[in-house]
Amino acid sequence: MERLSINGLYVDVNDEGYFKFSDVWTKDIAKEVAKNESIVLTDRHYEVLNFLREKHHEGVPLSIRKVGKSGIVNIREFYGLFPGGPLKVSSKIAGIPKPVSCV
Amino acid sequence: MKKLLIIGAGTAGTMILNKLYKKLNKKEWEFTIIDKDDAHYYQPGFLFIPFGIYEPKEVIKPKKDFIPKDVEFIINEVEEIEPIENKVMLTNGTKVDYDLLIIATGTIPIPEETPGLMEELWYKDIFDFYTYQGATKLAKKLETWEGGKFVINIAESIIKCPVAPLEFAFLADAFFKEKGIRDKVEIIYSTPLSGAFTKPKATALLSNLLTEKNIKVIPDFYLESVDNKEKKLVSYDGLEIPFDLLVSVPVNMGAEMVDNSNMGDEDDLNFIPTDKETLQSKTHENIFVIGDATNVPTSKAGSVAHFEAEVLEENIMSYVQGLPLEAKFDGHVNCFIETGFGKATLIDFNYDTEPLPGKFPFPVIGPMGLLKVTRMNHYGKLIFKWIYWHMLLTGKKLPVSTKMSMAGKQQSA
Repeated sequence: MERLSINGLYVDVNDEGYFKFSDVWTKDIAKEVAKNESIVLTDRHYEVLNFLREKHHEGVPLSIRKVGKSGIVNIREFYGLFPGGPLKVSSKIAGIPKPVSCV
Repeated sequence: MKKLLIIGAGTAGTMILNKLYKKLNKKEWEFTIIDKDDAHYYQPGFLFIPFGIYEPKEVIKPKKDFIPKDVEFIINEVEEIEPIENKVMLTNGTKVDYDLLIIATGTIPIPEETPGLMEELWYKDIFDFYTYQGATKLAKKLETWEGGKFVINIAESIIKCPVAPLEFAFLADAFFKEKGIRDKVEIIYSTPLSGAFTKPKATALLSNLLTEKNIKVIPDFYLESVDNKEKKLVSYDGLEIPFDLLVSVPVNMGAEMVDNSNMGDEDDLNFIPTDKETLQSKTHENIFVIGDATNVPTSKAGSVAHFEAEVLEENIMSYVQGLPLEAKFDGHVNCFIETGFGKATLIDFNYDTEPLPGKFPFPVIGPMGLLKVTRMNHYGKLIFKWIYWHMLLTGKKLPVSTKMSMAGKQQSA
């Protein structure tokens, strides 16, 4: 386990930078995590992040498709907001675990 | 008389029927099960068909062989569930009532969801292997295929038997080597996830298999469409993968009747919102859901349906007596992963614990190596076919714990 220092606060993360505990998340912490991914967060980003956190909290498995059907962004916009691997990048910034398969 | 109705006579539906048939009082309960046809497929066997390891006939038996004689077996398709009236409507308009409903309608690949996937190259140069038809047609194709770019693509992150595409890649490597054409085949594995392995311990212990077998992984590739003219896959962010032969794992969806009944999840994949511990529907208390049809955050796999059936049996028995639902499903999954050349590895995990290395205690057969590639694990996988037909479907108790156990697992490795 590693610790990320954000604005004087310490956040426990795993080897890949995903939060150990999603409840320490705040918008300000997200902003700093996003900086490491070269992303400047806008209101659109936060809408997606809040959606992901809400679904994670409900225990629902997440997918790019689910975000695309959320009514917040379509899949292309999702890629535009979080380039590369949008779900893995946005999950990291949202303070929730990395989307994984079973192995 | 009260009526128990089960929709779906696949792995999950048949298992739970046989368990409850032994437990519920037959003076009080009538049993009905509905499925659209009478063919029961041993789905784990589909993986072996393309490589000629299993004959197609080995994986089919009549469903009615596994359904007790005095259970009403309706062969018809369900149009929709009317949960307020406690009725199910069939496509021919007939209505079937229930007091207690169990939905076990599973998931199937829907290639139509991806533009270009099911067009002129379908079953010519593009195949699936999760269906009887796809697996048998691919077997024919591979008999004469001479080599080229062999692309395995996973279209969506939530799929049935998530390890099968990886096993398919390993078996393909072995198949082409044994055929003497491995040097003419480039094997590419493309996935919407961050890698072929995504969990830390499994990645550390097994990802060398991919380099060893010269399988190229293209991660974070989320398929938008297939270009039939140019023979290439195109992702949402504009990346392209050319192919000569495409083996696709299409988008997986739950049954259409889930959508018709407005019972699906908001991502319109037709998976039913289900309590991840009790397996009760989140919207109707006399409806329970089992197997691939649920939206619970664990793998869609036969072993999961089996562990769920043990929990559901207990909860249904509590439910009919008006008692609280005390049995809790922990997300337990147990899967053998074929790695080719008569060897396999084994994973065992749940909602909270990732696959860990160590030994898995298997009564009678002996301990199996977790996250280790062994011949014993391969025999385990083969023996499983017999267990499936003779013990699992008939609802017999297997000597494997329903809840995941830490016995034999190493936490720091």
